[in-house]
Amino acid sequence: MTVLGYRLPGMSSLLLWALLWEVVGRTGWTFFIPPLSDVFVTLVDVIGTPAFLKAMYETAYAFLAGVFFAVIIGIPVGILIGKSRLLDELILPWVNIFLSAPLTALVPVLMVLFGFGMKSIIITTTLFAIWIIILNSRAGVKQINRSLVDMARSFGATPMDAFFKIYFWAALPEILGGVRIGVIRAVKGVIIGQLLISIVGFGALFELYSNNFMMKHFWAVLIVLFAVAFSLSEFLAYLERRVSYYAASR
Amino acid sequence: MSQTNDAFAKAVPLDADSAVSVRNVSKNYGDVEALKNLSLEFPRGQLTSLLGPSGCGKTTLLKIIAGLLKPDSGEVEIEGKIISSPGPDRSFVFQDFALLPWASVLRNVAFGLELRGVAKSEREAIAEKYIKNVGLTGFEKAYPHELSGGMRQRVGLARALAVDAQVLLLDEPFSAVDEQNRRKFQEDMLELVRGENKTFIFVTHSIEEAVYVSDQIAILLPRPSRVSEIIRPTSFRGTGKENIRRSPEYLDIVDEIWASLRNYVE
Repeated sequence: MTVLGYRLPGMSSLLLWALLWEVVGRTGWTFFIPPLSDVFVTLVDVIGTPAFLKAMYETAYAFLAGVFFAVIIGIPVGILIGKSRLLDELILPWVNIFLSAPLTALVPVLMVLFGFGMKSIIITTTLFAIWIIILNSRAGVKQINRSLVDMARSFGATPMDAFFKIYFWAALPEILGGVRIGVIRAVKGVIIGQLLISIVGFGALFELYSNNFMMKHFWAVLIVLFAVAFSLSEFLAYLERRVSYYAASR
Repeated sequence: MSQTNDAFAKAVPLDADSAVSVRNVSKNYGDVEALKNLSLEFPRGQLTSLLGPSGCGKTTLLKIIAGLLKPDSGEVEIEGKIISSPGPDRSFVFQDFALLPWASVLRNVAFGLELRGVAKSEREAIAEKYIKNVGLTGFEKAYPHELSGGMRQRVGLARALAVDAQVLLLDEPFSAVDEQNRRKFQEDMLELVRGENKTFIFVTHSIEEAVYVSDQIAILLPRPSRVSEIIRPTSFRGTGKENIRRSPEYLDIVDEIWASLRNYVE
């Protein structure tokens, strides 16, 4: 965007909102919104503390494990149901149900099944991320050019070759799109898991700060979480753009 | 069974010279008869065109020979063996090129060999040679989206040649290529058929193209699909590629084919 002939860098609008936040905070209108500058000062204080680092570690562990399983299971399942009519009929309805289902309501069931520990949190994270990854991988395979498949067959490709050398790459732009959205959903999943299942990680920090009305701390941790989620999403969007050159010409 | 085979052998004296024999092949899509009891011989070392109006089943026939489609009845014999699936004796050139958009020209040309398990250095050396043969030297590192349509099909052709199959199947290979490139391709095809001792089966909807490049033209007619006529141009082969289009026989054959096909154009 350009204003008065000057080209503004991306996301300059955030500065405007930050300014508004600061002004509202300074007026002391509500304890809920402390001045943004105070939040950043708190952020710097909090970030090195053992409690924060422990929360960061616990959250990162559950998040990465959850995303790992969502990707490792979601992509092959999506490709397989995209290839096989039978599997598609069997599995697709469930994918659509779980994609739109309020997964938070399932968390208590998971606790009964898998206990109150890290395992349930990881499974919750996976459940938040996996469905969109399956659906997008399937969509990627569905639009594959028939003659690429014929080409692989005519040169004697084994099913494994076709899977790893044709289907995966042909579906990659959609797969990355699915992983990007899945990762954003996994951030939700891991925090909800930490709040509902066992109070650990960032979930525990949120609980602690909000119960004690420590709003500066609350916002500080939330900003860290936003920043991490945003960076992850931008990184995956960058990977997506790297492969988009062939998305149009498959 | 043996009786019918004997009868067939007598009926087709060319059999001994055929690289590919299609015998009594039928194929239906639901209620639509794509091919009905079709038999055709493809002489070794020559180029045979399958020519006909759209819907005459020429691409279906080519895919059955490739082993990509199964006939409902009948059989295809290649170099004495009855085939039921794709094999290393055949390679395919696709109308829409079917290149891997995420792979370089070099990897695309070597891809057939890659799928056959040829070691990387060896297959790349072979690919280099065919990239040179089709005139794409210097483009080894380029990606398909950086090439023109004509260049992309050269990659498809090099890939098909690199696996050194006895039979090359070309499905309207130049129809997505601009006119000038197509002419160049047609000239190159003539040299290719002379230079390589391979059997070419060429599907086209262009009468001029078929007559220009073919040793044998099979005219296929639809409803029900059948071979209506086999034409073998004689006089203008070997007169040089620039003289073919001026040869009276070339012009007569083009007219004759158009006369028999014009009724089928909707």
